[in-house]
Amino acid sequence: MSGDAMSDWTEGTEAILYQRCGTCSRVWYFRRDFCPHCGDTKVVSYRAAGSGTVHAMTRVARAPSEALRAHAPYVIGLVDVDEGFRMMAHLDDGVRIGDRVRARFETFGDAIVPVFGTD
Amino acid sequence: MSWVTGVGLTRFGKHPGRGTLDLMSEAATSALADAGLERRDIDGLLTGYSTTLPHLMLSTLFAEHFGLSPRYAHAIQLGGATGFTMAMLAHHIVEAGLASHVLVVAGENRLTGQSRDSAVQTLAQVGHPAYEVPLGATIPAYYGLVASRYMHEHGITEEDFAALAVLMRTHATRHPGAQFRDPISEVDVLASKPVSSPLKLLDCCPVSDGGAAFVVSRECVSAHSVRILGTAQAHTHQHVSAAPSLTRFGAAASASDAMRAAGVTLRDVDYAGIYDSFTITLAILLEEIGLAPRGQAGKLARAGHFSADGSVPLNAHGGLLSYGHCGVGGAMAHLVEAHLQLTDRGGERQCGAPRLALLHGDGGVLSSHVSLVMERAR
Repeated sequence: MSGDAMSDWTEGTEAILYQRCGTCSRVWYFRRDFCPHCGDTKVVSYRAAGSGTVHAMTRVARAPSEALRAHAPYVIGLVDVDEGFRMMAHLDDGVRIGDRVRARFETFGDAIVPVFGTD
Repeated sequence: MSWVTGVGLTRFGKHPGRGTLDLMSEAATSALADAGLERRDIDGLLTGYSTTLPHLMLSTLFAEHFGLSPRYAHAIQLGGATGFTMAMLAHHIVEAGLASHVLVVAGENRLTGQSRDSAVQTLAQVGHPAYEVPLGATIPAYYGLVASRYMHEHGITEEDFAALAVLMRTHATRHPGAQFRDPISEVDVLASKPVSSPLKLLDCCPVSDGGAAFVVSRECVSAHSVRILGTAQAHTHQHVSAAPSLTRFGAAASASDAMRAAGVTLRDVDYAGIYDSFTITLAILLEEIGLAPRGQAGKLARAGHFSADGSVPLNAHGGLLSYGHCGVGGAMAHLVEAHLQLTDRGGERQCGAPRLALLHGDGGVLSSHVSLVMERAR
């Protein structure tokens, strides 16, 4: 379970990782080697099961680069993952705020990204 | 105590062949002339940044180019909050006695100095490079996310957003320097090209070339000086993924702290200069600061509350949405216009005789907030 041994979608692995402080038990998403709440370094990485609830969403019509233009329009959302953190991901078309969703992974440009759809 | 003793603003839009230093120089020349000061009088210099001229030392690069030898100088980077943060710092610098006249200046050829894709990609980098940008996120996408949640919780509609875009355009029709001066209707806004839902093209500020400057002084040296009464900031996050809330931001704390420092309340405010990178930005800031009830900013705009003859005239120059947005100089234009209004120099845009202006800017994705209270000289 050590953070160093695990990788996630940002590194090309089909997984969503989060971290928990061994001292204050807070949970967060952006990887770092200390707890941003209490400063403790007893940080452990976990793999999320991949289920959550849609908090916000936007359909991007204007992609930022030529490479991504072919994908547009695509839907980006913020998902409240059941383990207790919020993450940005792609959403299936038609998903709405408040919907229960589950993650899979798809190729987007030259990367893989998490895509959440209804169960 | 500090005074804004002179202001300068270029036309916004296309300035082909003119670079960052050219636009900064044009704005600085106007501000010095307005303050009645010479280059040798300037002993403090604050600059922002320029995406078309990235430099480790933009302040001294400009000082050498323009011909200044300040005792205090540096550049500041805080996204859209940079301009008012420089005003805040200049206020404290002169109060601390470090300088007598601080020139605050910014300019950028953001429109003609780079491709549209390059501008979009550079700005998107305020997002997280690993967890957000690879998803194809853009600045309008970050704000689109916020807008979706804000609409969900507060019942504000796309029509309400459109009313704010129309208001800014109406104001811009009266300013010869504005990038967009053709009147628009709510129907035009609603029918404009989708960018990142619910935001459409006319909900988004344009990319512009332009420059802005002002002088903050210890003494009220010009006939048209405006006093800075109070300033404050609040910072809650950088990335929208890490925002504590998508419906409560740092604007309320920042604005109320600035008003407390100034010894005034919202009821005293009779002119507002509020950051409007998108219509949703303007709606949220107005509502969070308390200049409109939650969900009501668009309806108040439609009813004339923020118009030139309304209770609290707002961004009389047309704001970022219609005057334009050249980066750091974009929000500084709000301060320049507030200064003109508080000194009865608004010409055909003059909004009565306002006495007290509240200015508010945000950087990132409603991440960094800065507020200023400015008062007409008594």
